[in-house]
Amino acid sequence: MTEIVRSTAAALAERLAAGEVTSTELTEAHLDRIDAVDGAVHAFLHVDRDGALADAAESDARRARGEARGPLDGVPIAVKDVLTTRGLPTTCGSRILEGWIPPYDATVVTRLREAGLPILGKTNMDEFAMGSSTEHSAYGPTRNPWDLDRIPGGSGGGSAAAVAAFEAPLAIGTDTGGSIRQPGAVTGTVGVKPTYGGVSRYGLVALANSLDQAGPVTRTVLDAAMLHDVIGGHDPRDSTSIAQEWPSFTEAARAGSTGDMTGVKVGVITELAGEGWQPGVMARFQESVDLLVKAGAEVVEVSCPSFVHALAAYYLILPAEASSNLAKFDAMRFGLRVVPDGDPSAEEVMRATRDAGFGDEVKRRIILGTYALSSGYYDAYYGQAQKIRTLISRDFDAAFGSVDVLVSPTAPTTAFRLGEKLDDPMAMYLNDLATIPANLAGVPGISVPNGLADEDGLPSGFQVLAPALADDRVYRVGAALEAMYAEQWGGLLLDRAPGLETE
Amino acid sequence: MPEITRDEVAHLATLARIDLSDAELDHLAPQLSVILDSVASITGVAGDDVPPTSHAIPLTNVFREDVVVPGLTAEEALAGAPEVEEQRFSVPRILGEGA
Repeated sequence: MTEIVRSTAAALAERLAAGEVTSTELTEAHLDRIDAVDGAVHAFLHVDRDGALADAAESDARRARGEARGPLDGVPIAVKDVLTTRGLPTTCGSRILEGWIPPYDATVVTRLREAGLPILGKTNMDEFAMGSSTEHSAYGPTRNPWDLDRIPGGSGGGSAAAVAAFEAPLAIGTDTGGSIRQPGAVTGTVGVKPTYGGVSRYGLVALANSLDQAGPVTRTVLDAAMLHDVIGGHDPRDSTSIAQEWPSFTEAARAGSTGDMTGVKVGVITELAGEGWQPGVMARFQESVDLLVKAGAEVVEVSCPSFVHALAAYYLILPAEASSNLAKFDAMRFGLRVVPDGDPSAEEVMRATRDAGFGDEVKRRIILGTYALSSGYYDAYYGQAQKIRTLISRDFDAAFGSVDVLVSPTAPTTAFRLGEKLDDPMAMYLNDLATIPANLAGVPGISVPNGLADEDGLPSGFQVLAPALADDRVYRVGAALEAMYAEQWGGLLLDRAPGLETE
Repeated sequence: MPEITRDEVAHLATLARIDLSDAELDHLAPQLSVILDSVASITGVAGDDVPPTSHAIPLTNVFREDVVVPGLTAEEALAGAPEVEEQRFSVPRILGEGA
């Protein structure tokens, strides 16, 4: 069982194809691992043992008939609780959706089902994906498998912790300002935010619809690429979905894993360093850059001057969109309804329900967004933030005029302690400093584990950003870096994670 | 520095249809002031010549054929409703007393 749960998805796919193992065995092994460690980690909000085993049995039957639907048919997966799953609870980490069972699947989930991946369950998250630590979940925090007193990142801490704790070989995350990449960095796992429009948002409960993007959460770059190939591509049900054929990301990752970076021009972003960046994180970053040079890449420093305004612009655009998107939680058609005493009006029911159903951070952002969109402040805040967005896109365009990819540390620090930043919103927001520009400009990004910081022995991450539509580049460069580290370390960074006590 | 007063937060909460307790108002107002102070740095950064961006990857006029496809059944659509009456969403009264 240990050997199964520690395998990469790509290795499991090969063993399924070779008939050495069944999907039922794989799925049972992961369900058992969840039983053994999730009491401590709390990566899952809901585990669907029966459903996953039924899917696995069907997968095994298909394979026996010679009708496997693709390489990942039968490899189990965990899904962030912000994507709708027909027949399975979807709470978005919020009390307001407690017990809600969607009548439809998100397109990402449909594609997982069509590709034959058994769904193990739904993973924990900051409420409506607002946060960088998963502490804002109404159902209690997820803990970092490297140190159970520390945060697993957020908002997708559940998905990252699930793969880091070997509870699932693959998971789906969503990234609005870094919610796939930052948890990847602090848990020693791989996370990819695809180009905006590359993966359908249909059935993804919107936080900020112009920024949200679902993507892979895995332990290796190749696994992420294989999963991206399953979930990506045009969807007529999402009007922002890009209608084009995408290259095979699996092939891009395989090409990169040769470790040859000859002819690749890499830009180090000047603005994503300096004050507030943990020395151990910066040291690992410099080593990664040196490795890329050794592999033949040409490295230059590139200035993106408007990036210093990205965080401020993001914390106006996001609350503005979120306050509008969350207006649908009105206690009328789905979710919680709290009825005050007497003969309350619909408006009074709405107000009482939203008070009881939303947590602190959600209320903070709804109020902030309502403020930013108010007449008198709209031009100064929201209007200005949208212009900054243009300037950030122009910085990316200028940078990608001279380099193929941009790189930075994924997050300024390693995992902090639970509770440390919970009541200091600005300190919490700073975790997303390096990841936010990609969301504002819609470009793809990956976080790859690049070692442990000297100060605390905790994982750090290396971010690679590419131009919109050039997602293949983040897989190629990410896989190259991963291959060089694998040679140096004799395996994955996660091999060095302390074991978890099992129940 | 942009200040946001307790009264303003109360007004915004009304606009956003959230009942906030006194304790929440006391807690939120100073926090929102700190956040607004931090984001106020962008004021005046981009001039009038910079167009706003609402979506990074602009797409316009996405059309599809007008064909009938199956949707949710009434039962499915009502499955998550807090209250249902005669295959409809049942909601509290909309108008005030005596209206």
